[in-house]
Amino acid sequence: MGRRAFIKNTSLASGGLVLGFSILNSCKPEQAKEMVVREMPKEWFEMNSYLKIGDNGVVTIYTPNPEFGQNIRTSMPMLVAEELDVDWKNVLVEQAPYHADKYGFQFTGGSRGISARWEPLRMAGATARQMLIAAAAETWQVPKEEITAEAGVLQHAATKKSAGYGEMASVAATLTVPEEVQLKEVKDFKLVSRSQKNVDAKSIVTGRPLFGMDIQEEGMLIAMIEHPPAFGLTIKSVDGEAAKAMPGIKDVVTIKSFKDGYEKGGFDTNAFPELVAIVGNSTWEVMQAKKKLKVEWQPFTAYSETIAGFGGKQTINIPAGLESTTTHKSQMEALAAKPGKVVRKDGNPEVAFENATTILERSYSAPFLAHNNMEPLNAFAHVAGDKAKIAAPIQIPPLIIPTIASSLGIPKENIEMDFPRMGGGFGRKAYAHFVVEAALISQKVNAPIKLVYSREDDMTNGIYRPTYHATYRAAFDENNNLTALHVKAGGVPESPLFANRFPAGAIDNYMAEEWTIDSNISIGAFRAPRSNFMAGAEQAFLDEVAETMGKDAIQFRLDLLKRAKENPVGERNDYDADRYAGVLELVREKSAWKENDATKHRGVSAYFCHNSYAAHVLDLKMENGKPVVEKVVCAIDCGVVVNPDAATNMAEGAITDGVGNAFYGELTFQDGVPQKNNFHQYQMIRMKEAPKEIDVHFVQNEIDPTGMGEPPFPPVFGAVANALYKATGQRHYQQPFNKSREIVG
Amino acid sequence: MAIFNLNINGSEHSVDVDSNTPMLWVLRDHIKLVGTKYGCGIAQCGACTVHLGDNAVRSCQLPVSAVGEQKITTIEGLSEHGEHPVQKAWLEIDVPQCGYCQAGQIMSASALLKRNPNPSDEEIESAMNGNICRCGTYTRIKKAIKTAASSENV
Repeated sequence: MGRRAFIKNTSLASGGLVLGFSILNSCKPEQAKEMVVREMPKEWFEMNSYLKIGDNGVVTIYTPNPEFGQNIRTSMPMLVAEELDVDWKNVLVEQAPYHADKYGFQFTGGSRGISARWEPLRMAGATARQMLIAAAAETWQVPKEEITAEAGVLQHAATKKSAGYGEMASVAATLTVPEEVQLKEVKDFKLVSRSQKNVDAKSIVTGRPLFGMDIQEEGMLIAMIEHPPAFGLTIKSVDGEAAKAMPGIKDVVTIKSFKDGYEKGGFDTNAFPELVAIVGNSTWEVMQAKKKLKVEWQPFTAYSETIAGFGGKQTINIPAGLESTTTHKSQMEALAAKPGKVVRKDGNPEVAFENATTILERSYSAPFLAHNNMEPLNAFAHVAGDKAKIAAPIQIPPLIIPTIASSLGIPKENIEMDFPRMGGGFGRKAYAHFVVEAALISQKVNAPIKLVYSREDDMTNGIYRPTYHATYRAAFDENNNLTALHVKAGGVPESPLFANRFPAGAIDNYMAEEWTIDSNISIGAFRAPRSNFMAGAEQAFLDEVAETMGKDAIQFRLDLLKRAKENPVGERNDYDADRYAGVLELVREKSAWKENDATKHRGVSAYFCHNSYAAHVLDLKMENGKPVVEKVVCAIDCGVVVNPDAATNMAEGAITDGVGNAFYGELTFQDGVPQKNNFHQYQMIRMKEAPKEIDVHFVQNEIDPTGMGEPPFPPVFGAVANALYKATGQRHYQQPFNKSREIVG
Repeated sequence: MAIFNLNINGSEHSVDVDSNTPMLWVLRDHIKLVGTKYGCGIAQCGACTVHLGDNAVRSCQLPVSAVGEQKITTIEGLSEHGEHPVQKAWLEIDVPQCGYCQAGQIMSASALLKRNPNPSDEEIESAMNGNICRCGTYTRIKKAIKTAASSENV
């Protein structure tokens, strides 16, 4: 396949680092010492913005997107190295800084990293390889078609000429970038689809500074914030004198995150745009002084704001008041009982329900969740005059740059940004308000600062997974055939509904409705947004429908998918029934699933999201009243798997995360105050509760990669619910399923 | 403020800090050893685990004044070049995802294996239950501990 190269001719024939600014000098990959068989090169030649080649053949690949544990710092460079055709052990990986012209949209989210970079990164490698071949052809005066380039070596068989990439790099870097490049066929891959170790593992296990929290700079001060204790409140007055008098404290300032009239983007979410900041010499001193802050809070009045998000402009209403979970529950139940907004209707569901012999109706709910990344929110900023240097462990750097520029009142071009490794993200670090805060604090105190959120600040600052509610109804005729399905879903403040997902398309009479309730509690993406609730509700309901019909849980789903494939209802079904069935068939085989298996308490669940398919079979037993997840077998279809062991690790993590949140995850509110602020109250899954065994399988195909980080997560909730029913004889409808907790000291 | 002379990773360090300052912040802010992580500050997550003598302790709850002459080992001092059997097992199993909790996990695991070179699954779970991994790498952590236990010279 010939594909047009996209690469601009930015090649420089000069050596040395192209990227001037790097706050994280100490974060260069440690494996350099180990992996490189030779010395570091004397001179580097930049082939394009993604790679440079040293005179001795060592290759540095700039990985463009932020890393938060999905291991793209390994898998993205693998794509470049595959097409360049270089020995992986001679590759060094460096994190590219924010640079829109060179690196496009640098983001981590929506499980879109690999799919978005699949072609561009391979093209970067293929282009450089072609330029090396052209350089050899020119040097040796032979036709370039006769030259091979493999594992870092150029060869011309007829003349027996041979040279390492490093020897040709100086010439290659001066050549015109080819307009077309040939990319490898999937079957010809030598590196991709073969497990490669995490390039950062050595640095991680030896405690090297990698994370935003680890940044140390000369003259750097530590800042912490004080935000309102409840949603619905804002600052009334601040008395920072006592705090300022504490040892090591430099200043107490208030900051306002947005300029008046600034039009926010979809990721500018911020429940507390006015904050108090305290700045001092060391974290512990600032923590102590923070206790002496005297801040009075006052309720804010209701307001509306226009958000310019990906889906266009949208007006959001933020009500006044102090909200509580009990009120949310009664509000949700009230709306669930009323007609909602009809989003999709196939056939005639009203008549089907009227004519039904039996109707099965079940309601599901789930609470707000906090992301609880192990690394609390933090950011480094050094604002001097009209320039800002920022190091931000965040998911979507390009989207916060305009806000920082506006809030600081400096040109966008004057912001330099690095993005160190994130200690987890899961959606939370897509909302980079804390970077704006760090920049404003630095500007106010005129010093480099690192803003550090305490665990309590992190857990109580908002941007949660919303609380949701869904009611499912199924109609059956006198022969117990499923004749209609109705789903009505909503939440505070967003609806979780995906009207066009399975089982839409498989049922003649179908209706999907939704509703929402405004709230001043800020919400945002949380691993597989909305899917992380809908999958559990839908898959638990389908389990009960199958049971009502006396059908095997997997065969029932496969029958519906067969219908959706052969004779689909409606035209907007957004899933591929074959691939959906594929993961169910694979998990059935790998789990040795049997109909009416009385030897195990097993639950099955499958879901489609982020363009990928995942199915789980989960085995559970009760031990002293506590659920024990004995084994989870998982099947995933995400197209080509770039780094199989890393993808397996991520699937294992998604399953463990799902089990944890299904059983224990919950944040409640009383008068606007989050009722948990640290891990003594917020139960996280620990090793004792983690699945004892996880067995991950991938569907083998040559489809361009689709999402991987999120898809295995949502179906876990359904698998847990369905297995729990088998183990206890009770259906569970309200998450979290198990609130018992063990205090760990 | 007071001067404390500390033995950290086999070297002497002198710091002038408030006597209540937790070792976590002495290590991170004053000695610039940032491998030991802040996660919760209340001994609930284990990210700050270090060795005090041979025991795994949560450095966020260890005031600098309580250390005295006891030796402290952090992740940076567990081995010179990452060749401790637990670190090697972590690399072999390729445990980390985000990696933020892993230093604490490794310090808990290495202390466990020092006092119990062949722990059962239950013993591993008990020893490791104070260390949260938000990414959910528990199955790999357990496997790596078993790998390390089966290697020599733990």
